[in-house]
Amino acid sequence: MDARMNEKMVINVEEEVRIGVYVCQCGLNIAQTVNCEKVAEEASEIGDVIVSKSIGYACSEPGQKEIREDILENGLNRIVMASCSPRLHEPTFRQMIQDAGLNPYLLEMANLREQCSWVHMKEPEAATQKALDLVEMAVSRVRLLESLSEETLPLIKRSLVIGGGVAGIQAALDLADNGYDVVMVEKHPSIGGTMAQLDKTFPTMDCSI
Amino acid sequence: MTDAGRHPRITLHTMSEIVGVKGYVGNFDVKIVKKARYVDEKECTACGDCVKVCPVVRPDEFNMGLSSRKAIFSPFPQAVPSAYLININECLGHNPSVCAKCVDACDKKCINFHMSDEEISLNVGTIIVATGHEPYNPKELDEYGYTRFENVLTSLEFERLVNAGGPSNGELVRPSDRKHPESIGFIQCVGSRSARKGSEYCSNICCMNTIKSTLILKEHYPDMEIKVFYMDIRAFGKGFEDLYKRSRRLGVQYLRGLPGTVEETEGGKIRVAVENTATGKIEFYELDMLVLAIGIKPSKGTRRLQEMLGLQLTPDGFYLEAHPKLQPVDAATRGIFYAGTAEGPKDIKESVTQASAAVARAIRLMHRGEIKTEPITAEIIDEKCKFCGKCAEVCPYNAIKVDTKKKTPAAVNTAACAGCGTCAAECKFDAIIMNHYTDDQINNQTDTMLRNKSEERILVFACNWCSYAGADYAGVSRLQYPSNVRLIRTMCSGRVDEKFIWHAFLKGAPVVLVSGCHIGDCHYIDANRWTEKRIEKVHKKMEKMGIRPERLQLEWISAAEGIRFAGVMKKMEGLRKSVSEHEITETVEILKKKMKKKKKQRS
Repeated sequence: MDARMNEKMVINVEEEVRIGVYVCQCGLNIAQTVNCEKVAEEASEIGDVIVSKSIGYACSEPGQKEIREDILENGLNRIVMASCSPRLHEPTFRQMIQDAGLNPYLLEMANLREQCSWVHMKEPEAATQKALDLVEMAVSRVRLLESLSEETLPLIKRSLVIGGGVAGIQAALDLADNGYDVVMVEKHPSIGGTMAQLDKTFPTMDCSI
Repeated sequence: MTDAGRHPRITLHTMSEIVGVKGYVGNFDVKIVKKARYVDEKECTACGDCVKVCPVVRPDEFNMGLSSRKAIFSPFPQAVPSAYLININECLGHNPSVCAKCVDACDKKCINFHMSDEEISLNVGTIIVATGHEPYNPKELDEYGYTRFENVLTSLEFERLVNAGGPSNGELVRPSDRKHPESIGFIQCVGSRSARKGSEYCSNICCMNTIKSTLILKEHYPDMEIKVFYMDIRAFGKGFEDLYKRSRRLGVQYLRGLPGTVEETEGGKIRVAVENTATGKIEFYELDMLVLAIGIKPSKGTRRLQEMLGLQLTPDGFYLEAHPKLQPVDAATRGIFYAGTAEGPKDIKESVTQASAAVARAIRLMHRGEIKTEPITAEIIDEKCKFCGKCAEVCPYNAIKVDTKKKTPAAVNTAACAGCGTCAAECKFDAIIMNHYTDDQINNQTDTMLRNKSEERILVFACNWCSYAGADYAGVSRLQYPSNVRLIRTMCSGRVDEKFIWHAFLKGAPVVLVSGCHIGDCHYIDANRWTEKRIEKVHKKMEKMGIRPERLQLEWISAAEGIRFAGVMKKMEGLRKSVSEHEITETVEILKKKMKKKKKQRS
């Protein structure tokens, strides 16, 4: 996220809504239960949807490239990614549409994998119907989404390490050696944790301290 | 250890605990309480003169009570900091001064009984949680006789006995008679992989730790008879299988089967009865000593810190990472990272690897010296604000200021606003826009979902951090549940406005579920308490209006509770089936009438 975004994010916002819908097959993860082609085809009938496609792996570089090109060619200004959970790839797809000149917040995801194909594996028809519903819900939401801009705040270049066992010590040293100030908090009178109590340690069979 | 103690960039606070954390990524406000050491940390040269004169003798914690220490002591010779400390509860001399022998013995005058606990406040940009674990206490496994029989030890006690710096200077002796044991047994999975007692998970380190111990023993005492009782040996890491084979080659006997009973016989010997699952026979062994390979439990302070930092836990009680595969060291809260066994049982190598990974992630955030905040924040519409102050009251972050006396509209500090949306849900005058989760954006989803066959739908409002993630977890676990469930994601359950619920019922929803993080686990400190109050209020209103309150459900589902999510969905389906079409139509009519009345009142 950089200055480039601030310049570009204002474009397209006041224009008519032009939505692109991408139904990711995720290999067979989604496609083996949900009829992705059918979902994409039916989604193309929804108002304001300009492009609707089923795509092999949306998160892969060829997948993203195709979407970015579509955005530029068709003047899309809202994107629905019907794929995995937004908790996984929302940052990926936000970055993708930003690279194509859109504000990253003009994206909505329909969770067709974790919350559809994987949980209704024995009901392909119902899953396909649900997928279409989820896509339509996403379209109705994306239509109303607005550009948002991030704020920049100062950040304190100091880290707190809670715990002075082997993990805490390693973390503190790595941070400190990289030039960051570290405050290490340990509840016992000495650092070292369980490691300090051990004799030799596997797999090297050397001393722990 | 010493490197960390003397690094100019590392400030070390021992005997200290975190008591409060406020703020957000880049600007955390941390409060630490540093307990009094009663010995000047900087001045003490660890000469040990004080220890010689101290009359109080206590079990030494570092040596697992296998040796003793004084009330003034250093935890162990290589301790960092090296300064001594006084356990003031054991000391005879502080108030009023009756002993104080150490004070006289200390040439440098570093002992001060008037030292008090210190509160330290500081600001940090990132936090690394490396709070470690607790060893499992095998006392509850009565059949193994730990603490009943002197010669039954935990693996950690065994470590101290074979350690050159330990109470026996590395000589392995039996606690009962200080004689060299000629035979020794190890029981694996003590407190691990058991549905009965201890924990169900594998503690990761015990197999290799035992193998290591057998190698040390074979090195020192080649003729010792060593037996390992196990379920299966998990030597999965790099170089591990080699060690396991070496141990077998050296004559260590591995017996597949966990002992059923352990008894003490004459001369402090330990008699073990075990079903050897390789031979299918019950076998008995008489051993001089028995070591319990104890597992790893979440550290005691985990829950408190979790609440303070707004983190999530797995059902096992360890910290939950943002994503098990792709963000294995990130907490869901931005700017917080995990390292070591705080996140789950792991060995030293893995702990170190994870620590370095956590640091790389922390530096990735910090190196620019500034941070971009998510713009999902609340915004006030000044003209609509009636200065009631409710938003400021409910905001968990004190991010909203409103002067109810001067009647100035509320103002949001966007840097402090975390975007839970509770204010927008509580505002009666619709004067707050929750960006990216506006009323219209959410109601539009409801409209679409219920546009046809609404009577078949299960509408679920799910918070991003727990319930929505719990639904994802159900997916990852391939748990099947009814396909008529439709989720609407909000950042927090606190965002779920009463209006959204009425809107859903008005549009013909048979049932509505509001779900969020468990109380105490809310990602937005305690915003879900407002959810709870709100649902209670709506339930009462429903009852008054003649709408069955059960049709609105509230459930807390954590990010790790995939099974629970699927279970709740099945329960909701049962509930949905109990709602007739007639009931739905009736509700819609009730709500329509109510709307008309409201409109009339307004005009």
